[in-house]
Amino acid sequence: MSPAGATPAPALALADAIRSGERRAVEVVEASLAAIAERDGELHCFNLVLADQARARAAEVDRMVAAGEDPGPLAGVPVALKDNLCTRGIDTTCSSRILAGWRPPYDATVVTRLARAGAVVVGKTNMDEFAMGSSTETSATGPTRNPHDTSRVPGGSSGGSAAAVAAGFAPLALGSDTGGSIRQPAALCGVVGMKPTYGTVSRYGLVAFASSLDQIGPFATTVADAAGTFDVIGGHDPADSTSLDRPTPRVLSVLDEGIAGLTVGVVRELLDGADADVVARIRAAAEVCAAAGARVEEVSVPEVALGLSAYYLIAPAEASSNLARYDGVRYGLRVEAPDAASMNVATRTAGFGAEVKRRIMLGTYALSAGYYDAYYGQALRVRTRIIEGFERAYRTCDVLLGPTSPTTAFPLGERLDDPLAMYLSDVCTIPSNLAGHPAISVPFGTGGDGLPVGAQLLAPALGESVLFRAAAVLEAGAPPAGDPGAVDPGAGGAVTGEGAR
Amino acid sequence: MTGGDLGGWEMVVGLEVHCELKTATKLFCGCPNVFGDEPNTNVCPVCLGLPGSLPVLNQQAVELAMAIGTALGCEIRPSTFHRKNYFYPDMPKDYQISQYDEPINVDGHLELPDGSVVGIVRAHLEEDTGKTTHAGGTGRIHGSDYSLVDYNRSGVPLVEIVSAPDIRSAAQARAYAAELRGVLVATGASDGRMEEGSMRVDANVSVRRGPDAPFGTRCEIKNLNSLRSLARAVEYEARRQIEVLESGGTVAQQTRHWDEDAGRTVTLRSKEEATDYRYFLEPDLVPVVPDAQWITAVADTLGMLPAARRARLVDLLRADGGAGGAGAAPTAAQQDQIATVVDLGLDDLVVGTVAAGVAAPLTLARAANEAATEPELARGLDPVAFAALLGMEESGSLSATQVKSVLAELMRSGGDPAAIAAAKGFEALAEDTLVATVAELVAAHPDEWQRFCDGDDKLAGFFTGQVMKATQGKANGKAVAAELRRLRG
Ligand SMILES: [Zn+2]
Repeated sequence: MSPAGATPAPALALADAIRSGERRAVEVVEASLAAIAERDGELHCFNLVLADQARARAAEVDRMVAAGEDPGPLAGVPVALKDNLCTRGIDTTCSSRILAGWRPPYDATVVTRLARAGAVVVGKTNMDEFAMGSSTETSATGPTRNPHDTSRVPGGSSGGSAAAVAAGFAPLALGSDTGGSIRQPAALCGVVGMKPTYGTVSRYGLVAFASSLDQIGPFATTVADAAGTFDVIGGHDPADSTSLDRPTPRVLSVLDEGIAGLTVGVVRELLDGADADVVARIRAAAEVCAAAGARVEEVSVPEVALGLSAYYLIAPAEASSNLARYDGVRYGLRVEAPDAASMNVATRTAGFGAEVKRRIMLGTYALSAGYYDAYYGQALRVRTRIIEGFERAYRTCDVLLGPTSPTTAFPLGERLDDPLAMYLSDVCTIPSNLAGHPAISVPFGTGGDGLPVGAQLLAPALGESVLFRAAAVLEAGAPPAGDPGAVDPGAGGAVTGEGAR
Repeated sequence: MTGGDLGGWEMVVGLEVHCELKTATKLFCGCPNVFGDEPNTNVCPVCLGLPGSLPVLNQQAVELAMAIGTALGCEIRPSTFHRKNYFYPDMPKDYQISQYDEPINVDGHLELPDGSVVGIVRAHLEEDTGKTTHAGGTGRIHGSDYSLVDYNRSGVPLVEIVSAPDIRSAAQARAYAAELRGVLVATGASDGRMEEGSMRVDANVSVRRGPDAPFGTRCEIKNLNSLRSLARAVEYEARRQIEVLESGGTVAQQTRHWDEDAGRTVTLRSKEEATDYRYFLEPDLVPVVPDAQWITAVADTLGMLPAARRARLVDLLRADGGAGGAGAAPTAAQQDQIATVVDLGLDDLVVGTVAAGVAAPLTLARAANEAATEPELARGLDPVAFAALLGMEESGSLSATQVKSVLAELMRSGGDPAAIAAAKGFEALAEDTLVATVAELVAAHPDEWQRFCDGDDKLAGFFTGQVMKATQGKANGKAVAAELRRLRG
């Protein structure tokens, strides 16, 4: 199943073994549940572990195989779901007190598609409250710890999903990425994390943070597994009006096509402000691309430097509206009060954490009469400029390269009281969300502290094929685990040749 | 309160009409769009605004909005949706999806029966809210024990039609709303029922010193549940503002509530209390861009509009001549009959009946006065049968009273009017029987007869009544009158 050039795909290999009857889904799922039971008390990747449901589902997969039916390309593969993806009859909390105990009456489209592909959901993962944060510390259920160093954050907001894959709890997870919430934790946890082109994966059933930026994507230990998962969850969905009604690129089948002859642009502005050891890893990643036959050039996209401030107006503005519905009337937390308006205030005061409140207030202000044009309107104009900046870069480049995060995983608590420092964690990832473009973070060596560094690849809209091809090249050329960064030039070159494995 | 002179002042009125569209399903989900079902039975994640749900635009709603735009002569344009943000328990997302700066219909007009024209600024799509009932205690918002919310109406498609401030009297405001309702019904977009809330009217009212003075400060009047309320509220509000201005005060920009029982408007909220709706482009929807082909296809589905249908009846009367002779304009009474017939959708019946050979004035009168009492049944009348019935009236073989009785039966059960008349024993009174009966009654009432002969024409009614009584209503009133005149000489 896994393509010739790339690293073997554990999740897809598991599925193949289960489909062929070589292994049983119940054993695979049992191993996953055992690993969770052993270490999640320490890491807190999960808000909810669905042991019984997972066992039943695995047994069903095994029954199908025994009956000669094909359960699908992810047959029996344990998958962790970020807790902002709706699951029918199962708590979906967004790690917020305000949604504690809420059970959606429906499944998100991606959950349905995973089930149809044979995947087995093992639990709902921890996250920053309503996906607002970059460290998973704003969660109402407490922080998730980084499996590589439990004194460090896993990144966020999809920190629980990233850490679950990094800890070996599940080979696959889904997260959502509004400003880097898949890629940044993937980088900090040393796994692959991918944000698709806006509109290629249905948002139906994803609890909205900032609707024009949110996109669901996969976490995996390998590029091929991420590709296989993208193929499963992507594609048009009539329930999401922003879902693109056009063929979504299939990526698993093109992974081994290499990048010889393509141009990789290293974005100067994404390196600005990054730690020196992170910059060194990205330079090394560029060399891997060159060794694979790509033309590597440094490009300037000055507009990306404007991304952070535009993002922190647009995302809170949309969030202030999206989160208005948590008013205590229909579901979730209700704090009783004499009338509807004061019930509303009391419920929201008790139900939301500080970061969510901060962003609701920021967004409300940005949209207010008299301020709209100076803030929200201006941010929309910047957004257009960022798209134009990328367009210019893609006239000469096929993919762009930069760090995913300016730093490796930072200590728990370090930035929690300094929102600006926290927001800077997303400076490299935000531009892709504003542009609606796909991007992927691939583990590429470690920093001076021995913690993982992620190399980020960016592509134009619907450029998933070239994005995954380049990711496979970086993966194959990445320094071996434990090696802080010595680049083996042969590894990158081997990608386009034969017998890379 | 009556309309009319405002002592040198002029009222300036613009109306905002919310019309519920008669779609099969709601604006952004597949729930049935039905009035009157058990509360909270027509709901789903989308119209309950559950986390993670997303709206999908209903094509039929767009087409009905386009039909309204076409009927109002609007330009139909590419349009977008915005979010209008405010908290209210019956609004599940705490924002309403509505069209804002790029509505689907702009720049139209509506011609009223009196020939005046009211501009249409825009007619845009938006979703309705749920419905809150305050229960226990006083049953009002303040003082109720609890509130119940029904979300069946949440997400029902609305078109909001905003008129230009072209209306200058309460009567014109009423005529505009009535005509607009006719147009909405004719397009198939709405059933136009104000009492069920499927058509809701808000009025913006201001006054000024004559037609050349600048507009005054306006107040918006809510809770206008009937055409009568609309006219009364507009008249009251204009006079209230004039009184304020004439006593040296200034009109404050306000939203006011019409109290139907008290017959006055009261302050609901001031401009300062107005909500900042923080409009922004709805990121969950994409623009609607009707192309020329789609616009034409929708226009082709439009039936005749009320103005054209009225004109058709006026033409019928003119061609027929009626009482005023060929080419004469309809009388005021006939204009009312035409309005009634068009409003109730009986104009096809009238046209068919006249085509079958009955005189237009008689057909119109019987349709507007008799058939209109049961409009549902009347719309199902066969014009040929109706013509046969009216033919018997024209020939004098049935009296007006008998026609009414046969018509009621004909509308309920159908059949042959002659057979129904026979079954009721309505054979025409023989000429000699009528002459004999009249002579008998004249002899029996010499005093009355003398007064009639002295020129007191009212006594004709007395004798006609006596003849009807004696013949159990079988006599033809016109024939009796003619015989009385003949005897008087
Ligand atoms: Zn619904």
